[in-house]
Amino acid sequence: MTESTYRIQGATGEWEVIVGLEVHAQITTNAKLFSGAATRFGAEPNTQVSLVDAAMPGMLPVPNRECIRQAVRTGMAIEAQINRWSRFDRKNYFYADLPQGYQISQLYHPIVGEGQIEVTLDEKDPDSATKVIGIERIHVEQDAGKLMHDQHPTRSYVDLNRSGVALMEIVSKPDMRSPAEAGAYVKKLRSILRYVGSCDGNMEEGSMRADVNVSVRRPGEAFGTRTETKNVNSVRFVMAVVEYEANRQVDVLESGGTIVQETRLYDPDRNETRSMRSKEDAHDYRYFPDPDLLPLELDDAFLAECRASLPELPDAKRKRYETALGLSAYNAAVLTAEAETARWFETLIAESARIQGKSESDVAKAASNWLLSELFGALNRLGKDLETSPVSPTQGAELLALVADGTLSGSLAKQVFEIMLETGDTAGKIVEEKGLKQTSDTGAIEAAAAQVIAANADKVEQYRGGKEALFGFFVGQTMKAMGGKANPKVVNEILKTMLG
Amino acid sequence: MMTDLTNLTVAEIRDGFRAGDFTAREVAEGFNANVAAAKALNAFIVETPDKALDAADAADSARASGDLKPLSGVPIGMKDLFCTEGVQTTAASHILEGFVPTYESTVSGKLWAAGAGMLGKLNLDQFAMGSSNETSYFGNVISPWKRNDGGNAALAPGGSSGGSAAAISARLCPAATGTDTGGSIRQPAAFVGISGIKPTYGRCSRWGVVAFASSLDQAGPMARTVRDNAILLEAMSGFDPKDSTSLDLPVPAWEAGLSSDLKGKRVGIPQEYRVEGMPAEIDALWEKGIAYLKDAGAEIVEVSLPHTQYALPTYYIIAPAEASSNLARYDGVRFGLRDLPDGAGLQDMYAATRAAGFGPEVKRRIMIGTYVLSAGFYDAYYTQAQKVRTLIARDFDRAWESCDLLLTPTAPSAAFALGEKQADPLAMYLNDVFTVPASLAGLPAMSVPGGLDAQGLPLGLQIIGKALDEQGVLNAALAIEERAGFTARPDKWW
Repeated sequence: MTESTYRIQGATGEWEVIVGLEVHAQITTNAKLFSGAATRFGAEPNTQVSLVDAAMPGMLPVPNRECIRQAVRTGMAIEAQINRWSRFDRKNYFYADLPQGYQISQLYHPIVGEGQIEVTLDEKDPDSATKVIGIERIHVEQDAGKLMHDQHPTRSYVDLNRSGVALMEIVSKPDMRSPAEAGAYVKKLRSILRYVGSCDGNMEEGSMRADVNVSVRRPGEAFGTRTETKNVNSVRFVMAVVEYEANRQVDVLESGGTIVQETRLYDPDRNETRSMRSKEDAHDYRYFPDPDLLPLELDDAFLAECRASLPELPDAKRKRYETALGLSAYNAAVLTAEAETARWFETLIAESARIQGKSESDVAKAASNWLLSELFGALNRLGKDLETSPVSPTQGAELLALVADGTLSGSLAKQVFEIMLETGDTAGKIVEEKGLKQTSDTGAIEAAAAQVIAANADKVEQYRGGKEALFGFFVGQTMKAMGGKANPKVVNEILKTMLG
Repeated sequence: MMTDLTNLTVAEIRDGFRAGDFTAREVAEGFNANVAAAKALNAFIVETPDKALDAADAADSARASGDLKPLSGVPIGMKDLFCTEGVQTTAASHILEGFVPTYESTVSGKLWAAGAGMLGKLNLDQFAMGSSNETSYFGNVISPWKRNDGGNAALAPGGSSGGSAAAISARLCPAATGTDTGGSIRQPAAFVGISGIKPTYGRCSRWGVVAFASSLDQAGPMARTVRDNAILLEAMSGFDPKDSTSLDLPVPAWEAGLSSDLKGKRVGIPQEYRVEGMPAEIDALWEKGIAYLKDAGAEIVEVSLPHTQYALPTYYIIAPAEASSNLARYDGVRFGLRDLPDGAGLQDMYAATRAAGFGPEVKRRIMIGTYVLSAGFYDAYYTQAQKVRTLIARDFDRAWESCDLLLTPTAPSAAFALGEKQADPLAMYLNDVFTVPASLAGLPAMSVPGGLDAQGLPLGLQIIGKALDEQGVLNAALAIEERAGFTARPDKWW
């Protein structure tokens, strides 16, 4: 835990930045919060709409148990207080994308109370500082539909596919003090949501978005007036908004102005925020308890099931990778940052251990290095990710086993891996067919080494004269002459002897 | 034909049809003819004679094949607050004029499944807001009753289920559905000399019923006899997973449980219901009711419901608050009326549509509701009203320590003339003074005819019961019905 030293250097001195985030996360379920309608992204407009979602006369909401369950599990994952009694309220306002004329939300009695998230400011740096960000609450609410203004020259159209989709609103405390902290918080929150499986965290598709509250103050003084920038949909943009807004507010304050409490919009193209509406124009939402719904009461069995169904979470997993698997802090951090990576890695080591007849901790280090350098490098190059990887964990484990038993050298393994990526064949098959097996045949290696020494008399002289760095040159040349198939250990030994 | 089939009760139609005394088609044709001849009452917004005949033919076939259902052969009227698949549903509003649902409300669906047929959609106060049926966009319902003073004043049938009340009283249908938010079944039933029961909140599903005030709205039957109410209520009630506030309980066999023997029952007389300025005739009726119940074996006890005087203002905060939000969906965007002036933006469309689509009483309640939920007023009005609502419910709980049922008048007066109270909304709201407390507490309550006033107009007595004790309410009403011998009916002038 550290104090942030991030400051805006104004003309009149230093300013501290205060950030709080309200993250809207779409709950991963097959059905909407209060209707049986489906929630598939990208479906044709108005094809995922029930009578309830369209607010037809006489329609009534019925809570979807799975949405409630996911919110509770999320609350448990951030060590939050779970409220056994909560209630839905109506937030009343008119807009064409809001069929009921109100959003069903939870103002007064949210389902999840205070919790916390520990963030690592730089996940790539094992020594990076960590910070605990407080969570104020999580409540469950309905999403609205979407207006389409580009379908007709003078009319707007309404797509109600999203209308009634379940969202969690995760409200942080104003605990962040820099763009980096805000970014790290969103990343960590997204990671936790994906581990729990309560939200896919896909910010591009809008299933996760943030309202960014920013204010500035002189270090140590009281909070300043904040602005709220709505619907920011990437980690990078969240950081950009904090930076832009903080600097804008400092400029306003230093030129004698005051900050107006208002809602702003972020324009990624121009990297700036613009005023949307001020507090004076703010709606009076006339919140009141939704009389169509009974209070939510959670019993012991339900809570126990929620807790039992929680997976190992990123922090616990990272610690286990370091202690039980002996991985470096860096490798452990990167492997656990995303649930998908950890899942892939755990299959890889399970398969490796099985094939090699060893324990997972024996194979973990080599497997983690291969995954993070070789596989990630290749996927990056191919523009793919683990989900679309041409090589499966089992195929990777087979390759690692061939290295471990000496069949393949490191460089041969690289060659085999390239072919695997291209053809999708297994390592065993490639080694067999292309004859890429490593050789320890000392006769052949000695012959190749002798030729290299004979052809490079000058370098032999220099080496013997003390330029020991040239040893690598002879190794490389000999390996090349062997077509890369020589066992590097044997090559080393032979060259040492031959070069004296 | 030996008897006019339209004079029969639901039970008589059901039993006579089963016995082969007449066909279901004869019954439906009789009521269809009465409906067609009663335009002057304006009780129906939509008439569906073909639906009534189709159901009748199905019933006649079912009888032939021995496959009868509880309401086979019985045609009924449907309050136009219930969404009916393929049949216009308006809530008596302009904003829903022409709206034809693609779905059937749970309650109406249950009635059709029980074999009933639909004679038509009955007029009502707009969005069920009113006590005289004068707020309907489709015009006033005229009560079939006239005063015996020689004058010819058109009387209010009560509201909001005024169409249902008028139609039953005039023999346009043997029974009908109603809905009751603050007295909308009981008060019109009293005004036209029929019976109607509002069951415990949650007995009947609200799914597919155009919402007025969600925490108060309850469907219930209206008919000429207590037995008919029991028959209808059995068909309408039951758990509905589509309504979160629906009660997950079995439906009792209320008709089979009917008994007018009240021995061992204690009936409470709440002293706070003796309101100032109440006509002596109402008081006398109440005394008669007490005598009937004593005669049936009940013990009469005085009880106190100390927060009664706050019930009406509480109701007129909570109901409009919920209504202001429930009616936000009528915005011209997806269905119903859309008024889109030239060059109008979204806000203009809302304003024009809602200005044209809602009547004055609906607007008044939306404004009251919006006001009481507004920032700065919420605690003083809405929060306070919710607290008082709890106190009112507690009053009843205390009363149940010394009695099983309560007896009160249904309304503070007999039917008034159309137009008489329209200028003064508060005077109109006072009509609900005796019916609103049971609504706020979610209790079953029923109006049963007790007699006529000096002008020859019907007066109703109200029985209020404990939650889920519809049987007790029906039985006490039956005891009154048997003793009051109420046979008066309006002379046909329409």
